[in-house]
Amino acid sequence: MTELLNTLYIQTPGTSLHLDGDTVRAFHPDDDADAKPRRVPLVRIDHLVAFGGVNVSQELQLRCAADGRSVTYLTSNGRFRMRTVGPATGNPLLRQAQHRAADDPAHRLAISVAMIAGKIHNSRQVLLRTARDSSGFRQTALRASAELIAGRLELLRTADSTGEVFGVEGITARDYFAALPHLVTQAKEWKVAGRSKRPPTDPVNCLLSFLYGMLRGAVHGALEQVGLDPYIGFLHGVRAGKPALALDLMEEFRPLLADRLAFTLLNRRELGIKDFDHLPNGAYQLTDDGRKKVFTAWQQSRQRTWPHAYLGREVEAALLPLVQARLLARHLRGELAAYQPWMVN
Amino acid sequence: MDLLVTYDVETTTPAGQRRLRKVAKICEGYGHRVQKSVFEVVCRDADKVKLVAAIEAVIDPARDSVRIYRLPAMALDDVEHLGRPRAMDPRGPFVI
Repeated sequence: MTELLNTLYIQTPGTSLHLDGDTVRAFHPDDDADAKPRRVPLVRIDHLVAFGGVNVSQELQLRCAADGRSVTYLTSNGRFRMRTVGPATGNPLLRQAQHRAADDPAHRLAISVAMIAGKIHNSRQVLLRTARDSSGFRQTALRASAELIAGRLELLRTADSTGEVFGVEGITARDYFAALPHLVTQAKEWKVAGRSKRPPTDPVNCLLSFLYGMLRGAVHGALEQVGLDPYIGFLHGVRAGKPALALDLMEEFRPLLADRLAFTLLNRRELGIKDFDHLPNGAYQLTDDGRKKVFTAWQQSRQRTWPHAYLGREVEAALLPLVQARLLARHLRGELAAYQPWMVN
Repeated sequence: MDLLVTYDVETTTPAGQRRLRKVAKICEGYGHRVQKSVFEVVCRDADKVKLVAAIEAVIDPARDSVRIYRLPAMALDDVEHLGRPRAMDPRGPFVI
């Protein structure tokens, strides 16, 4: 059994982190002077995530860079700000292959189609799995949405540019989020009405955006670990500062790893309306308490295993981005004829 | 793997006290202190080799004693605890 390493999340503003021997020591000015310092062994952490107002000492940053451990800085709302990593590693030949593929429209199209097919398949699974646990009108509505989405796979087959693939992705996402009121029970109370972002205007969308942020960090890290360039994408266009490949690879994970967790948290009432702040501009934001609950749930959800149709075995959620990044790298190196997205069966 | 590390370091001399501090420092780098000289460690095989080597380099074999128990998988998740609570769950999420 491989021991999964943990991510350390620091979200209390005013906390400073220091390197103490081979541990991270967390200090907060409000700490009880007699209390024992909070320490976490570095060997147990593969990634540090610091939210707004958290100070990471330079010593600790340098040590993390030397060990190949990345440090990510997010705003208190979970938006990505910066990430520090050590010297670039990996295989230049792989990066060269990636750039060549990104320059070849036919190759870009093939990879994009595979990724979006994975996303559509997994979105359908979310609908079907929820339908299985519900009854009556809700079940019928969810099954109808799943049926509608399955039809979109046909459109994907005939797409002949990445623009068209994007179009199919857009229509499918619209169909899928139209079923949101059936995926979330007590939909009225949560003021659900489709997908909204920048800013999210209801708690469900706020939670989705937050989880997508966590997922993006995980996928970005996995790509870097495998030696792929996260900024050169196939479906998403190349733009300064936009991790296009991370956004591409994320698509197939969104429905099951992020959406389903969000629905579970709301439907099981593990999060309540008190866990969200309603801001004057209409946006919703997680409270400190709510955020802590979401981290805990996210971290736990990373331990569970999912079936992997192509590999034919169960894989921990935490390792899925890494597994897919490796499959993509093998495809780009020419060892695999086609990229195989993650799909559950 | 789950390990339980316990140690006895003779502290009658300043050199002994130094060794004690060093052993504690090494253990802190791998696990959580649950009692004064007891650590719970969750680590990978390679980390255990490093831990043993680091402790071996520090202790005085004639005076000190360190015991590293290898526990069955996930044994640290099933611990009965009385008294003051344990600071952190060895495998749980790290959120500060």
